[in-house]
Amino acid sequence: METVLAFVIGGLYAAGLYMLMRRSIVKLVIGLALMSQAANLLIFTLGRLIRGRPALIPPDAAALAGPFADPVPQALILTAIVISFGVHAFTIILVKRAYQTVGTDDLDDMRNTDLLS
Amino acid sequence: MVVAVLSGFLLAITAPGVVRLTRGASGWLLALLPAALTVYFVHYLEPVTAGRAVAVSYPWAPDLGVSLSFYLDGLSLLFALLICGIGALVVVYADRYLHGHPHLGRFYVYLLAFMASMLGLVLAGNVLTMFIFWELTSLTSFLLIGFEHEREAARAAALQALLVTGAGGLALLAGLVLLGQVGGSMEFPALLNGGRAIQSHSLYLPILLLILAGAFTKSAQFPFHFWLPGAMEAPTPVSAYLHSATMVKAGVYLLARLSPILGGSDAWHYMVVGVGAATMLLGALVALWQRDLKRILAYSTVSALGALVLLLGLDTVLSVKAAMLFLLAHALYKGALFLVAGAVDHETGTRDVTRLGRLARAMPLTAVAAGLAALSMAGLPPMLGFISKELLYEAQLQAPRAAALVTGAGVLANVFLVAVAGTVGMSLFFRRRADLPKTPHEAPPAMLLGPLLLAGMGLSWGLFPEVIANSLLSAAVSAVRAEATTVKLKLWHGVNPVFALSVLTLAAGAGVYAARGVIRRVGPLADIVGRWGPQRWYTLLLAGLNGLARAQTRLLQNGYLRVYLMVIIVTTVGLAGFALLLWGGLSGLIGDLSDVRPNEGIIAGLILAAALMAVLTSSRLAAAAALSIIGYGVAIIYMLFSAPDLAMTQFAVETLTVILFVLVVYRLPRFAPLSGRRARVRDALLALLAGALITALVLTATAVPRQSHLASYFVENSWTRAHGRNVVNVILVDFRALDTLGEITVLSVAAIGVYALLRLRLEKPTGREHSPPEGTCRLGEDV
Repeated sequence: METVLAFVIGGLYAAGLYMLMRRSIVKLVIGLALMSQAANLLIFTLGRLIRGRPALIPPDAAALAGPFADPVPQALILTAIVISFGVHAFTIILVKRAYQTVGTDDLDDMRNTDLLS
Repeated sequence: MVVAVLSGFLLAITAPGVVRLTRGASGWLLALLPAALTVYFVHYLEPVTAGRAVAVSYPWAPDLGVSLSFYLDGLSLLFALLICGIGALVVVYADRYLHGHPHLGRFYVYLLAFMASMLGLVLAGNVLTMFIFWELTSLTSFLLIGFEHEREAARAAALQALLVTGAGGLALLAGLVLLGQVGGSMEFPALLNGGRAIQSHSLYLPILLLILAGAFTKSAQFPFHFWLPGAMEAPTPVSAYLHSATMVKAGVYLLARLSPILGGSDAWHYMVVGVGAATMLLGALVALWQRDLKRILAYSTVSALGALVLLLGLDTVLSVKAAMLFLLAHALYKGALFLVAGAVDHETGTRDVTRLGRLARAMPLTAVAAGLAALSMAGLPPMLGFISKELLYEAQLQAPRAAALVTGAGVLANVFLVAVAGTVGMSLFFRRRADLPKTPHEAPPAMLLGPLLLAGMGLSWGLFPEVIANSLLSAAVSAVRAEATTVKLKLWHGVNPVFALSVLTLAAGAGVYAARGVIRRVGPLADIVGRWGPQRWYTLLLAGLNGLARAQTRLLQNGYLRVYLMVIIVTTVGLAGFALLLWGGLSGLIGDLSDVRPNEGIIAGLILAAALMAVLTSSRLAAAAALSIIGYGVAIIYMLFSAPDLAMTQFAVETLTVILFVLVVYRLPRFAPLSGRRARVRDALLALLAGALITALVLTATAVPRQSHLASYFVENSWTRAHGRNVVNVILVDFRALDTLGEITVLSVAAIGVYALLRLRLEKPTGREHSPPEGTCRLGEDV
């Protein structure tokens, strides 16, 4: 399954980078969202995949025995998901306000800081 | 001794306050410190002459072999006395010279900081301590040259001096570090004990070249001499102090200090003597056809520095004696002449020697000081300069190699200097014609004290040379030769070859002086060095550097996000792909599809299809839908592969993000194709390349078995120590709780930012107005 996910991650990165290179600022935001999904999946896959064995200690045991999913990448990703949500929320609002202020969603028209004055 | 060095810095800080409180008397007050330091160092004369060097040391960065150590031997003492003695006179002088200047306090900050730095330089007992003070003198020199920063010329000259001496300082640092490594110690006493053993090391030549680069730039040796005449943009007291008596001699000091270690080899001899001789001749010659009094003195200083370097290059007992004596004599007469030049400029309003004249009657005391100093410069008895020149000729006649050539160069340079001395000592004061912008008066006492005292010392020590010969000079020569040496000086040596050379020099010098008008007219035509010389190279190099920086900035900081991304992508794919091919091989790229279950394959396909849709669609809602398909798909993958917490979080967050996105983006305009087809194809290719690299990296990485020590630690301790059964949660809220606190902080900051952006009411643009396009909300309206 790692092989399949490798292509999924590659595809998401390609799509995200392509969107980041667009001139429309909304597409830039979409690119950011794609990139963060891809990065999370990348960490997840590099922690190795294992089916149906979450790192939950059964009520009658003091520790886990046998194979289990690595909890460390999961903890990292959990943090990353929440933080990227914060970043996305902020970016979306920022883009909206920037568009209202500057009157364009073309990044090439946003290079001048003097537009307001 | 530390107090002696640091007190200058302390006084520098308080100087502006002193100036403000004691208008008019601040010079006399501030001069108390250098005067006291002079007395303090005179006390060391006796032990140092008896051969007892004083050393103190404090640990600074012991691991790096750096200690704040000071070392006082004869050489340091000679310099320390010059620095403090002339420093006191210059501080007094500057108060009158810059009378009423709004930034006099600032001037004293720089000047006193320079004095302390220069003291630190000559007293340092550790090569790195010395280097730090060396750089401090370059910095304070920069500030002092650019003191009148409103003038473009002053700024350019300051920058030039800083760049030239700073570049030399870099070379010096490398040389000193190498020297410390090869010599086994950073301390001067230990290095000096090692003697010339270093010279057989293979790194000797690089060390020598680097250190000479530092010394030659600092002491304005050809071809780095050009910054010194430029430095004349500084106020005249600065020129007298830094750019003739003390700072420019730091390179000479360094050569003298290190000559027991580095000197005596063929490489040393040819480079130091060669550069010194060239500088000596060039400076003396160019001084002849200058019209600006200060530039005349500057070029003659260049010549004197060349002579000093030449003498140290000869590396005989006699040449070191001559060097130390000339160092002292030159500091006395050149300091006096610069101060006189400042007084003349101050009183007449011009420094052009073709306009100056007839000043003897209006400024009799200044004329006396100038006359005495000029006599010393020309090398006439009974001045100290006479003894110094006799000794110089003697050392050159006994040069170990090419004595005739060296002596010839020395005599020629001195002939020119005699003519220069005539100009500054006689022509200014006794020439019959004069064309002055102001009616001159005698300079005030504060501006007379320095020149009279310095010139007077040149006279009295010329009459009674044994006063300094047995103590100060013997100690200095002993330090440079690293063996006990006594210096015996006499004013009158009788008629011998050296005396014959002196007479010849005076006669020829008088001839050149008589022809100075012609030379001044013809000279600039022959000034090849000035037109095609190092100054021009400096200008070209500086312009080239600026041009390169501008072009590079325009290329790299062009303001287009996509260009930045392209650079990053191309670099990453190039480097990482190259490394992957070279070391990873392609064997890991053959994946294993045998364990893929149908439902998982479908999810993966859905994610990829949704990514393609997000890229291709021109509808914002379709893009939002595609994003949510990807988000939920990834969440299902988390769920399938043993990450229930991730899946739950992802479902919640994804739902929120999609709602927010739809609410906001719905009000933004439709996607319009902004870039052309070619740009899109190019970007798509680059993005696919980067995606392929990531895929290859993941395949290569997952082909290697993974071992994690962290996982087993957390699993074993999750219940026993943290009392939680969900290991992922325990990591987040217990083992790595501080990280989670940081995460919460980020979220709160983002929330505050979102709220602030929503409430923000921008002021209506003035002048250029534009109404927001249709379908968008007004400023300040809630979403």
